[in-house]
Amino acid sequence: METGKVVQWLVQPGAQVRSGDVVAVVETHKGAIDVEIFLDGIIEDLVPLDVELKVGALLAHVRVAGELAATAQPATPLPHPNPAPSLVGAAVPTVAPTAPAPGSYVTKSSPAARKRARELGIDINAIGGSGINGAITVSDVERAAAAAASVPTPASPRRLHGFDPDQMRLAIATAMARSKREIPHYYLATTVDMRTALEWLHAYNKGSPITKRITTGVLLVKAAALALREVPELNGFWRDGRAVLSSEIHAGNAISIRGGGLIAPAIHNTDTLPLSTLMQALSELVRRARSGGLRSSEITDSTITFTSLGDRGVEAVFGVIYPPQLALVGFGSIVERAWAINGHVGVHPVVTITLAADHRASDGHCGALYLAAISRLLQTPEAL
Amino acid sequence: MTQAMTEAEIRKNILEALAKVVPELEEQTLKSDKPVRDQLDMDSMDALNFMIGLHQTFEIEIPESAYAKLMTIDDCVRYVATAAANKGA
Repeated sequence: METGKVVQWLVQPGAQVRSGDVVAVVETHKGAIDVEIFLDGIIEDLVPLDVELKVGALLAHVRVAGELAATAQPATPLPHPNPAPSLVGAAVPTVAPTAPAPGSYVTKSSPAARKRARELGIDINAIGGSGINGAITVSDVERAAAAAASVPTPASPRRLHGFDPDQMRLAIATAMARSKREIPHYYLATTVDMRTALEWLHAYNKGSPITKRITTGVLLVKAAALALREVPELNGFWRDGRAVLSSEIHAGNAISIRGGGLIAPAIHNTDTLPLSTLMQALSELVRRARSGGLRSSEITDSTITFTSLGDRGVEAVFGVIYPPQLALVGFGSIVERAWAINGHVGVHPVVTITLAADHRASDGHCGALYLAAISRLLQTPEAL
Repeated sequence: MTQAMTEAEIRKNILEALAKVVPELEEQTLKSDKPVRDQLDMDSMDALNFMIGLHQTFEIEIPESAYAKLMTIDDCVRYVATAAANKGA
């Protein structure tokens, strides 16, 4: 991602803004992103819409309280996909589910419908949706295209939310090719007995209303985040020829987008969240990743990536590190296997957890300690 | 909310709850007697969010043990109708 453009301002010049407010929607190769602000003050000098800007370019100035307009501070740079060191930890943690900003859900439409709209040169925001809750479907787009066929000039397509499948493919291609070109990966795998964890989880869920129940995936994410405290060498970035470790653990969670592509937005300070909060954050992240409305800090702040392909029955995933991160952790499907303990064989649920790590920054020994720590933490689920 | 709801109304509300999880859902192409997860490429988080949606829409309890019985739209319609009838009784 090198350029982007503001496609919508959600504030007027002169408006009062607060740290954490979503002020603009920026379109990038990774799709539309909600840009947050990290200062309290008066916003002004908004850049015009639809002008191509370089990553890091200023979008607006924020005048903080007591400051004269003449000394206004630059405040809202275009989000960068590879977090600069100064960004790590500077972002306001947004662990609580965040309500979408008013007006930010302009169009409800699927990636397939948006793709079709682009192919047909239809402005998806200009057509009505016949889908459930007014969502725009592929059929709506095709109907609109048929209706517009007699009109000489097709409307220019504009997309406010969600992902452009072609652009996303391009972004994945660029990042993954760079990863395999530059990062000397090493891979480790371990099989973890999940009997204790699952028994604890079933008991926990049985006593909880449906809205408070947690999934196995949340236990895995929490254990993998906590284990990073013990092995910090895997948490951070490779920058300027050396590993820059992060003191905070922001796990990017790979979320597949229906119809193709994926994105790995961060849950800030993953290791500090109680399971119920983590569950809520993850559920909210999945929802927003698929329907639009991710925040700029979520896109840029991940210090490591977790991926799970267990839902599709895959036993192990050997991941490709998302540069410039140092590692990627993969969770497979939970399967029942014959499992021997003290010479006795029983049937236990087990999961294969894998690590892909950057050999420039860490060695296999370090990776082994990390996987062992996750495995150990999962044996005392009540402490997660 | 489930009081005196017809089967058609239940079905409509179920589809609305599903569309909140899968916005790109196209009603015409969804087969109501085939597993929803496979048809819509839903993962476990989507599936749980759909169950939460049913719970909130119809104000019924859905124990974890019932998830496996709620594979298709038809399954959900039957489950909701029964749960609503039991609640009313």
